[in-house]
Amino acid sequence: MIRERHLNALVLGALLALPLWGFWAEAPFMITLATRAAILALAAVGLNLALGLGGLVSLGHAAFFGVGGYAAGILALHAQSFTPMMTWPITIQGTTSMPLIWLVAVVASALAALGIGALSLRTSGVYFIMITLAFGQMLYYFAVALPAYGGEDGVSIYVRNAFPGLNTLRPLPFFAICYVLLGLALLLSWRISVSPFGLALSAARQSEARVRTVGIEPYRLRLVAFVISGAITGLAGALFADLNRFVSPAMLSWHLSGEFIVLVVLGGVGRLLGPVVGAGLFVFLEHWLGGVSDHWMIFLGAALLLVVLFARGGLIGGLTAGSRS
Amino acid sequence: MTAPVVELRGLSRRFGAVEAARAVTLDLRPGEIHALIGPNGAGKSTLIGLTAGSLRPDAGSVLLGGEDVTRLDAVGRARKGLGRTFQVSSLAMELTVLENALLGAVGRSGQVMRLFRSALCDRDLALLARAALERVGLVEEADRRTADLSHGQRRLLEVAVALTLEPRAFLMDEPMAGLGAEGSRRLTGFLDRLREEAPILLVEHDMDAVFAIADRISVLCYGEIIATGTAEDIRRDPRVRIAYLGDDAA
Repeated sequence: MIRERHLNALVLGALLALPLWGFWAEAPFMITLATRAAILALAAVGLNLALGLGGLVSLGHAAFFGVGGYAAGILALHAQSFTPMMTWPITIQGTTSMPLIWLVAVVASALAALGIGALSLRTSGVYFIMITLAFGQMLYYFAVALPAYGGEDGVSIYVRNAFPGLNTLRPLPFFAICYVLLGLALLLSWRISVSPFGLALSAARQSEARVRTVGIEPYRLRLVAFVISGAITGLAGALFADLNRFVSPAMLSWHLSGEFIVLVVLGGVGRLLGPVVGAGLFVFLEHWLGGVSDHWMIFLGAALLLVVLFARGGLIGGLTAGSRS
Repeated sequence: MTAPVVELRGLSRRFGAVEAARAVTLDLRPGEIHALIGPNGAGKSTLIGLTAGSLRPDAGSVLLGGEDVTRLDAVGRARKGLGRTFQVSSLAMELTVLENALLGAVGRSGQVMRLFRSALCDRDLALLARAALERVGLVEEADRRTADLSHGQRRLLEVAVALTLEPRAFLMDEPMAGLGAEGSRRLTGFLDRLREEAPILLVEHDMDAVFAIADRISVLCYGEIIATGTAEDIRRDPRVRIAYLGDDAA
């Protein structure tokens, strides 16, 4: 059996090798697939922090993904149409600068997570799942009812936003951006998981009474984790908008929230690279089986069933036989 | 007489028709072990819960070092210096033994919001956690998963986590359950020395241990304290005999 550390290196290596091969073989769609996998992985890394470490089964994470996406879409739309976003009390212009868009996406999704988390985290179990779902759907219908930004039709980003020093219109530099951000999010996620905060969050998932008895309030821990989790997923949403050059309410739909959970469960709940493995497999099945049948999700369902039944700790858990070193 | 560390004044708590605590008044003085005994269902664990703050009293108050902490919950009271162990182990089973002890050290240090430094690599936290494990004889098991420990070892780990809090008073709910004769004897010796650091309110079924180390014993019956005194007083008290052995014993 392979050690988790080695498997992680292999997975990150494969995700890097695929688009490089696509570049060399002049198959740009390979780069786009790898970019899509990296972005979905990033969104799931965010969810994994709440779900894996904190045990918070959020069925509303697409809300943060969508908020990040709309942040990118709206800022780009105003910049490209030369119209200010607002003129009163101050004038705010749009922008096509990726770093600035990411900042807005992260702050907006973190604020959304703070609001949703502050209320949802007062409940637990199935109620938490239902409340996060309800908030997610509220934002979904809000986006549908937003005529200024296309309502159900969404917003198009005519030209992919720009990053200083890189030509983001070419697939490989854009992949590189997504890959580096995924790497940074994984680094952040790993540092948090071994920190005193991560230790307490994990303990709160396993025994709330224990954490309270040592003088730590679980609610605060969970809220901070939920906000960081939402912010990472929001950043992924901004990148997703740039990948597709399009944002629509579908980015906020509960189906997508469910898919994020599937990605995490497939790869391994609470495993550092679980989301990456899950997203990789998801995109692989979507592309190769999607070409064979429109009903490719049946195969995804079968894969999920097999993983849940036979591989404790997802694919990573199954391949490493539970060894975490 | 020195001022008590913990004082319970007229604590009452009702669960439906059952009065689990009826105007309970008792105190825990510096350097003592105050044991709480009573038949099953007498309300001992309820009283520990009321003292630790995990249960709210219907009436009465809890004082810690003379300060009224009744309005504080379990988190607040732990921060004020109450170190509790549970009757049914409440440890984080997927964490290692050392990580469970570290959790106590993290709570004690108030550094829980540190997100970017490793808990295991923090010298102060690790020292505090390892010292606690050393004292209960679990340091050899530091890297084992808590779920793999025996029942008795889990009880010791509960005590170790309470030690990392360096509390002003310990509340221990049956720390000797499942330890076996030798383990129970060793823990009795340990608690005997521990009382000098902080007094212990001890709920325990092992009567030999209780009568050997308790400075005072309170007997709880149907939520009410029917007697408080030294081991000798309690042995002689006819009300205690009736409660434990039935009317014929009196």
